[in-house]
Amino acid sequence: MRVLLRPAQYLALAAYILFLGFPLLWLISASVKSSGELNSLTVSLLPQQWHWDNYSDALDRQGLVHSAGNSLVVALVSTALVIVIALPASYVLARLKGKIRAAGVGWILVSQVFPVVLVILPLFLILRTIGLADSLAGLTLVHTTYTLPFALWMLQGYVSAIPVDLEEAGAMDGAGRWTVLRRIVFPLLMPGIVATAMFSFVSSWNEFFFALVLLQSPENYTLPITLNMFIGGEGKVSLGPLAAGAVLAAIPSIVFFTILRRRLTSGLMAGAVKG
Amino acid sequence: MTLAADTRAPAPAPAPRKRRQGTMARSRRREAIALVMPSLIPILVLSVAPLVMGLALAFTDARLVRNPDYDFTGIDNFTKLAGNSFFWDSLRIGLIWTVGVTVLQLAASMGLALLLNSGLKLQGLTRVLALIPWAMPPVVVAIMWQMIYSANGGPLNAFLGSVGLPDDTNWLGDFSTALPAVIVVGVWVGMPQTTVTLLAGLQQIPQDLHEAAAVDGAGAWRRFTAVTWPSLRPIVTSITSLNFIWNFNSFSLVYVLTEGGPGGKTMVPVLFIYLEAFKNRNIGYAAAMGLVLVIIVVLLLAVYLRSQFRDDRAERGR
Repeated sequence: MRVLLRPAQYLALAAYILFLGFPLLWLISASVKSSGELNSLTVSLLPQQWHWDNYSDALDRQGLVHSAGNSLVVALVSTALVIVIALPASYVLARLKGKIRAAGVGWILVSQVFPVVLVILPLFLILRTIGLADSLAGLTLVHTTYTLPFALWMLQGYVSAIPVDLEEAGAMDGAGRWTVLRRIVFPLLMPGIVATAMFSFVSSWNEFFFALVLLQSPENYTLPITLNMFIGGEGKVSLGPLAAGAVLAAIPSIVFFTILRRRLTSGLMAGAVKG
Repeated sequence: MTLAADTRAPAPAPAPRKRRQGTMARSRRREAIALVMPSLIPILVLSVAPLVMGLALAFTDARLVRNPDYDFTGIDNFTKLAGNSFFWDSLRIGLIWTVGVTVLQLAASMGLALLLNSGLKLQGLTRVLALIPWAMPPVVVAIMWQMIYSANGGPLNAFLGSVGLPDDTNWLGDFSTALPAVIVVGVWVGMPQTTVTLLAGLQQIPQDLHEAAAVDGAGAWRRFTAVTWPSLRPIVTSITSLNFIWNFNSFSLVYVLTEGGPGGKTMVPVLFIYLEAFKNRNIGYAAAMGLVLVIIVVLLLAVYLRSQFRDDRAERGR
């Protein structure tokens, strides 16, 4: 029994690795196969011939590059907004107790349960009224708003981890409140800010539902929307370039998440336990 | 975890200092409000207001047109909805999808978390791999799995063919396989977050407990049921509740994979409501459906959480 346990465990682990990793591997493989090979009936993971043209094909499509640019702008601006807005609020949330904190934390938890279907209709109407329905500015605001709760949650966790004693010691030495914040709190908070920023960026970069509902003109499409149009349209015949585009779209998120690995563990843990 | 800023004020307060403390507290409060405002405004305008409006819309006959002109219609939408068998069908599909994904997610993630916690090699690789599904844009996930499930030239059918099983199943296009196939993708996407959370929970269980149980002669399974599971219970309850809500509300994956097809077999409620609102343009009616959905989720969650708490109490009582 003991002797058999280890091999069985490795077998199970191998099955998990296959399940989790194979789909991505297959996508990458499809992205370097020629259309002839993709449509043939012989199926193999390694391409007979490495066909890098799919990538240049994908990049040549004006729509794809243009919408990647849109996605980048929306993700960068909403990330910057989220950090600027959430930083002061998360400080208050972490350092003050009482009703504000209770209400804030309560809202963050409720927002996880938020029925997006119910919200999307009026949200669309509100944005249309202020003329931001079919615009990147409107989408940026929506992404900012809907990333805020989680960003607040993450950031206030990092603030709480900084001992108040440190701030008091600074104040004792005669430093003003802003000096304390700038010299003591801010540097200690930097890793938390970076992690929250990466998380916000990935959320916005990947986001599909709001973009689908809010954006109507093709020149405003973000990358997920363009890829989705591509599937329904010519993607059926040009699988190779579609796979290449999909690989390129996934790269930023995967890179950030790999860097974030450790922080995600602790951040979500806190959320899950409190939930 | 947190210390209140106002408890730091000096304790013995003679009369003249009291007023100063009062003004200080007031200026602190003003400062706090000023710092919170920038977060509060977008949340109020773009998330609380729409929620309230959504609730109100459910009682109107609003349509998505240029110059909307709508009337308050009371509970008309809801009586109409009661007779809409398509909606109830979609709700049934949504529950199969949600419960299926949530339960399988928990089982698969628990297995992986236990493996990752048992000192095997290849852990680094597995941990990185385990994050990939989480990081990927849902659209890319859908594209990828469409290729895996592809009826001809897809690796899944090729594999089945090579071991002598039927190799011509149209996984996403067949009435009987579409929903299970989509559920597998849902599990794949949701596994990382659950695994990471459970693993963090496992790592918090004191090693002594396991050792003590082992000394008492408990086998692996017995140690799992007697030590691991009870310690993990609160975490399992939280992550399962969150997963349940997330899966119930999930839209993008199914939308891109099947658009609700074939023949409505994967028409989850969120997708159904989306189509009612933006294809049929009946936003009042769609809002009513959304409201019904929210109520059902809250009810189911309340029942689940209650049963969990009751079990907890029963266990403690023993």
